[in-house]
Amino acid sequence: MLNLHSHTFRHGVHPPENKEETNKLPIRQFPFSPLIILPMQQHIGAPSRIIVREGQEVVRGQLLAEANGYMSVPVHAPVSGKIRKIAKVPVISGQMTEGIYMETFHYSGQEVNEGIPISLENASPEQILKGIQDAGIVGLGGAAFPTHVKLKIPEGKVCDYLIINGIECEPYLTTDHRVMLEQANDIFTGIRYLIKATGAKEVIIGIEGNKQDAADHLTKLIPAGLPVTVQVVPVKYPQGAEKMLITSLLGKEVPSGGLPIDVNAVVVNVATTAEIGRLLPRGQGIQERVITITGPGVKKKGNYLIPVGTPLRYVLEHVGAAENISEVYMGGPMMGVAVSNLDISIVKGTSGIVVFGEDNINKTEKIFPCIKCGACVDACPISLNPSKLGILAKSEAYDTMAEDFHLMDCFECGSCSFVCPSNIPLVQYFRLSKGIVRKRNTAKTAKANV
Amino acid sequence: MFSKTLHISTSPHIRQGMSTDMIMQHVVWAMMPLVIFAVVSFGLNALLVIITAVVSSVLTEHALCRWSGKSSTVSDWSAVITGILLGLTLPPIFPLWMTFLGGVVSIAIGKFVFGGLGYNAFNPALVGRAFLQAAFPVAITTWHPSFLEGRFLSISKSVAAFPFSTPVVDGISGATPLSAFKFDKVTTDTADLAFGLINGSTGETSAVLIILGGIYLAVRKMMNWRIPVAILTTVFVLSWILYIIDNQVYPSPQFMLFSGGLMLGAVFMATDMVGSPITPRGVMVYGAFIGLIVVVIRIWGGLPEGVMYAILLGNALTPHIDNLIKSRVYGTKKTKS
Ligand code: SF4
Ligand code: SF4
Repeated sequence: MLNLHSHTFRHGVHPPENKEETNKLPIRQFPFSPLIILPMQQHIGAPSRIIVREGQEVVRGQLLAEANGYMSVPVHAPVSGKIRKIAKVPVISGQMTEGIYMETFHYSGQEVNEGIPISLENASPEQILKGIQDAGIVGLGGAAFPTHVKLKIPEGKVCDYLIINGIECEPYLTTDHRVMLEQANDIFTGIRYLIKATGAKEVIIGIEGNKQDAADHLTKLIPAGLPVTVQVVPVKYPQGAEKMLITSLLGKEVPSGGLPIDVNAVVVNVATTAEIGRLLPRGQGIQERVITITGPGVKKKGNYLIPVGTPLRYVLEHVGAAENISEVYMGGPMMGVAVSNLDISIVKGTSGIVVFGEDNINKTEKIFPCIKCGACVDACPISLNPSKLGILAKSEAYDTMAEDFHLMDCFECGSCSFVCPSNIPLVQYFRLSKGIVRKRNTAKTAKANV
Repeated sequence: MFSKTLHISTSPHIRQGMSTDMIMQHVVWAMMPLVIFAVVSFGLNALLVIITAVVSSVLTEHALCRWSGKSSTVSDWSAVITGILLGLTLPPIFPLWMTFLGGVVSIAIGKFVFGGLGYNAFNPALVGRAFLQAAFPVAITTWHPSFLEGRFLSISKSVAAFPFSTPVVDGISGATPLSAFKFDKVTTDTADLAFGLINGSTGETSAVLIILGGIYLAVRKMMNWRIPVAILTTVFVLSWILYIIDNQVYPSPQFMLFSGGLMLGAVFMATDMVGSPITPRGVMVYGAFIGLIVVVIRIWGGLPEGVMYAILLGNALTPHIDNLIKSRVYGTKKTKS
């Protein structure tokens, strides 16, 4: 097939990549923390329902909480140990949610409990989706959206393209990069399951130009007969956003308010794919994930395989974080969330931990009025007008923002704030505005239904 | 361990690192060669005019901020730009008290009443300049030859004129190339125009230095290069067509490009971010519009120079251009406007 499109999306930005400090470091197993803190809401959707009781001893991989409905996933024991308490646990948003405190058995070999394998040959698409849900798999790129929901092809739609997202456009992060270099077999097994589940005819692994080694490695290993191609796209943020990646690879635009399947595509993160390929044949659930720990505030930077539920404080102590750390965020610097409390723990969606010491932090920048420089307009991958949206947000004209200026198409990538010379917190405005519009819409629908 | 309170900020946690005050400072640097050239060619008089314009703009900004109970915004450097621009558009022997008044009007009427930096619909310096043109039509069209001997030693009587006294017109005054053409059909050599060896406002004379300043800013992405390119192309193409039609009546395109305030206006005034459209396509329309008005005023209008009005009209059109020309939002069909 001849692709005449430009292999990129409109606009975007080029933040400094800062990946060279960790992208050559192999994935290493992280020690087991004596205490594990597991929130029941590690994914988008309904919190998992706890099925163990306090005092119970569990083995690694055992089911601790089951999915609470379709839009939910279960939680498995990341370590062998004892359930100490079922109580509220702190999460990154600053709130407390339902969760489990576990004590790790240190004498245990931490062998993982095997479950019922999902056979690649005999399982039906539905059984595979169920297997993915039972494994507790969510988008590991950071969104933590339940993967089985995403893979469900709606009635009347066809999935032609399965896109494996190995872009990792967030600066600092190198987990997907390492996974591609070290877990090629799991990735291809995962792809086989995904092809069966979605009926995709063509698989494209999209990789950014700064990971040419991973692209070459995977290209070499593509199993015969598997309809997989590896495509390298130019380095540009937010290339890893689903819609942008689809445009770069397929030359199509996902309609406003629509989903990838509207252009016959499904996008799955590469680490998620590897996890599917590793867990389903063993019938296991997620116990750990690869996380890049980096930033000027840590000594032992690297890519670590860390059990879910490991307290952040324990992680930081182990990687030799500076005593005077002053800013920590989970995820990359463009879309990650700042941590206010070190007692939170690693969750399934944590792709990176970036630490800044006191000396490397940039002072609070002065905010100037919008000078209409247009930098944000030239940055926005959706081609919105962040300048205008920002002004409207200030005057609380939320309805105008949504109706005339496509507020709801903003996916909070942060490109506009990144370039704004006036340091206007544009994304923050849009996040809040979107919340308000959503609330108003729900209220409206509720009214209409009375 | 880890006893410090963590710093919480919202994403993105990194910034490109360009800041508004930095952009403004660079604009000032980019104009410095013009200021220096103005002083070299017009002497002390020009220096005094420019300094007065800057001082009055900055003082006005500071005073108005204080008066309205806000913290002073002079540190964003935008008032300095306004002052320099105003100074550069005035004749080199413009009375200082009028210059001062021009600075006050630029900031107070051109900027402050709109809500300050970012909210001004028009380029403040041009508002001040338009006011001076209306209030002191004689003084503002009294030009002065460049490279006069003794220009570093003496101050013109006109410059030092006492406020509200009858304007003193210095004995020596020369026509600018544009008015020479307009009224007497005398053309000036293009090379002289380009290098500024001519009469004119303090800072309008050296097209080469203006272009260099523009390139400096454009390379740093602190100026939208499309604006001057659109304006100059439009002026060039239109005047070229006219020149082909009748080269006795109409001036040559080179002459049109390099004379008067066109370069200064196109590079440093029309590019004021606040008053120009935000989308690339909108900017092209804006530039073409300004170019068109410049040609119309210069050729058919009653004034020898039309750049100032053309840019003010362009500023006025900007909100409408922004409303009409929007980029197509990802995943939507053609924008309905
Ligand atoms: S955060 Fe929203 S408005 Fe800003 S660049 Fe990204 S998509 Fe555009
Ligand atoms: S980048 Fe900032 S200052 Fe420039 S137009 Fe956008 S919001 Fe305004």
